[in-house]
Amino acid sequence: MSDKKLDLGSWVNDGVQHLLDNYSDGFDSIGGLVSSFSEGIEAILMLPPAWLLIAIFVGLGLWRIGARFAAFTAVSFILIVLTGFWEQTVVTLGLTFSATLISLLLGIPLGIWAAKSERVATTIRPILDFMQTMPAFVYLIPAAMLFGLGRVPGIIATVIFAMPPAVRLTNLGIRQVNKEIIEAGQSFGCSKTQLLVKVQLPSAMPSIMAGVNQTIMMALSMVIIASMVGAGGLGNDVLASIQRLDIGLGFESGMAVVLLAIILDRITESFGTKQSEKRGTLISWVSAKLQRQ
Amino acid sequence: MKAGKIVVENLYKVFGNKPQEAIAKSKQGWSKEKVLAETGAVIGVSDVSFSVEEGEIFVLMGLSGSGKSTLIRLINRLIEPSGGDVFIDGHNVAKMSNAELISLRRRDMSMVFQSFALMPSRTVLDNAAFGLEVAGIGRKEREKRAMEVLKEVGLETFAQMHPHELSGGMQQRVGLARALAVDPSMMIMDEAFSALDPLKRREMQDLLLELQKVHRRTIIFVSHDIEEAMRIGNRIAIMEGGKLVQVGTPQELVDNPANDYVRNFFDTVDTNRYLTAGQLMANSVPIFVHNGVAPDAQVVSQKLQELDKHYAFIVDENNRFYGSISLEKIALLVEGGQSCKLDQSVVKQITPVPEDMPLDKVIARLVDNEGPIPVVGGNGQYSGAISKGRLLTRMQGE
Repeated sequence: MSDKKLDLGSWVNDGVQHLLDNYSDGFDSIGGLVSSFSEGIEAILMLPPAWLLIAIFVGLGLWRIGARFAAFTAVSFILIVLTGFWEQTVVTLGLTFSATLISLLLGIPLGIWAAKSERVATTIRPILDFMQTMPAFVYLIPAAMLFGLGRVPGIIATVIFAMPPAVRLTNLGIRQVNKEIIEAGQSFGCSKTQLLVKVQLPSAMPSIMAGVNQTIMMALSMVIIASMVGAGGLGNDVLASIQRLDIGLGFESGMAVVLLAIILDRITESFGTKQSEKRGTLISWVSAKLQRQ
Repeated sequence: MKAGKIVVENLYKVFGNKPQEAIAKSKQGWSKEKVLAETGAVIGVSDVSFSVEEGEIFVLMGLSGSGKSTLIRLINRLIEPSGGDVFIDGHNVAKMSNAELISLRRRDMSMVFQSFALMPSRTVLDNAAFGLEVAGIGRKEREKRAMEVLKEVGLETFAQMHPHELSGGMQQRVGLARALAVDPSMMIMDEAFSALDPLKRREMQDLLLELQKVHRRTIIFVSHDIEEAMRIGNRIAIMEGGKLVQVGTPQELVDNPANDYVRNFFDTVDTNRYLTAGQLMANSVPIFVHNGVAPDAQVVSQKLQELDKHYAFIVDENNRFYGSISLEKIALLVEGGQSCKLDQSVVKQITPVPEDMPLDKVIARLVDNEGPIPVVGGNGQYSGAISKGRLLTRMQGE
């Protein structure tokens, strides 16, 4: 490759090497934090027996969507248990939740900041584009170099890939709040914090929830890919089926991913769109709590 | 201290860069268009001054783009003024610190919006309690107060619903309840009823007038509907191109429009509907005084014949209406040349109408009455008479 006029790649290599040489302690501590966080979440998911976890999902489906979807959820999970993929599914679920929570923890405040400041918004827009469009596999290389193999680089790569929708849709949601609603908040004497907590965030909630839904879906797709760096879960089976050209294994593990995706998608989606239709929802309860403070 | 609840003095709002330069040019007499062309600044509100009295409904009218929505937002400073002053109870809103401004908004003013601007995720009750919540009132107390105002606007049974479950008219009742809940001494209503259909609009106007009877608040009401302005406004201010063209009572504007722009507003309106007894009356009926001694029938009869009139009114020495008598009646009384005093036993008793009685009620009284009816002023003193002929002449436009 010596005929290249501009060797951008070697600069990146040098850059990552530089990070590794000088800041490995920092990365180690971040890695440790992420690792214990995701292990904690996985432990919680592993704690109840399979039937209880399934019952919780079926219950959520029944509450949020309806009996037909609850039945679908039950059948899907029983299918996963019968094909022997339950344990991997729970690991994948744990990875997805960990990555999603970290993405939201970083993404929603960033989205709020972007909504408040034009400068922040214009600065992060190209960064978000980069994060979303760079082929997902590419993140795995520096992630593995900086954090070693295993679940940590998988989660970090997933967070990078899955965070943009949370940022974007939080920003968009807050910016789209009706101007007169903002004025109503101000005219009744809201301070800036009150305006954010009592007016802008509750009004932007459907959009923010759409962002949460997107983040979960992207996180799920990425944790499968992250099996390449040893993140574990259903991705391992998918990867194994490719390596062995085992179409049967590929179908079984792939189906488990698809069913999990459908269930997560529908349930999280229901929190965004049905927020104002159903009373006593989790979101309105949370926003009521926020407003009460 | 300035006189008046709200006093606006030389208020300017310039959108764009160099607002001070634009104001200076405008003061030199440059037109809005010239200022825009030369400096690139748009003058939204230009040198507006007026004063709103305590308890008054002051209607701001103008075509869209005339700056009325901007003007009211300068009053509660949702928009920063570029120049001039706004005094509320003598305190200059334009110069307040942020903390003072927030405290004023929480305590003493509220706003009702054209699009209702309710919070979609809150129940009707929580929406109504919003202002109190922002002001830090505890849940129990604010919900109690919110429930009271929901009752006032007739929505107490809808308290647990969400705004999108209500019709437009009901949503605006919530908007009104939210504004009333903080018990402000002044309210700003921005085209508050414009989004409603005509029937609902009328209903809301009636509700507002009812509420004003119970508790008089100072209201600045923006509207582009002249019928609405004439119905609810104690005074109307007309805006054109960011300037105030004319301020006055509905009748003053009808009688003496400052220019064609103002006149055009009233073209579509049957302004006669807004005539009152005070404007209809004239001195067309001869007056005789009963100063302890009743006037003599012969004298009155002679005078009436001289003036070619058919009726006479009699007032007492304090200028209070005493009674009415017709020429025919006198003719019967003095038949055969006998003398007669026009006292309580012979004159016709008529209840006088007050000067502010609207036209439709005056007509009803005239229909019930054979002759002209007397009009009395606020102090109870006789001030004029309305006859059927007089009414028709006045309605035709003299």
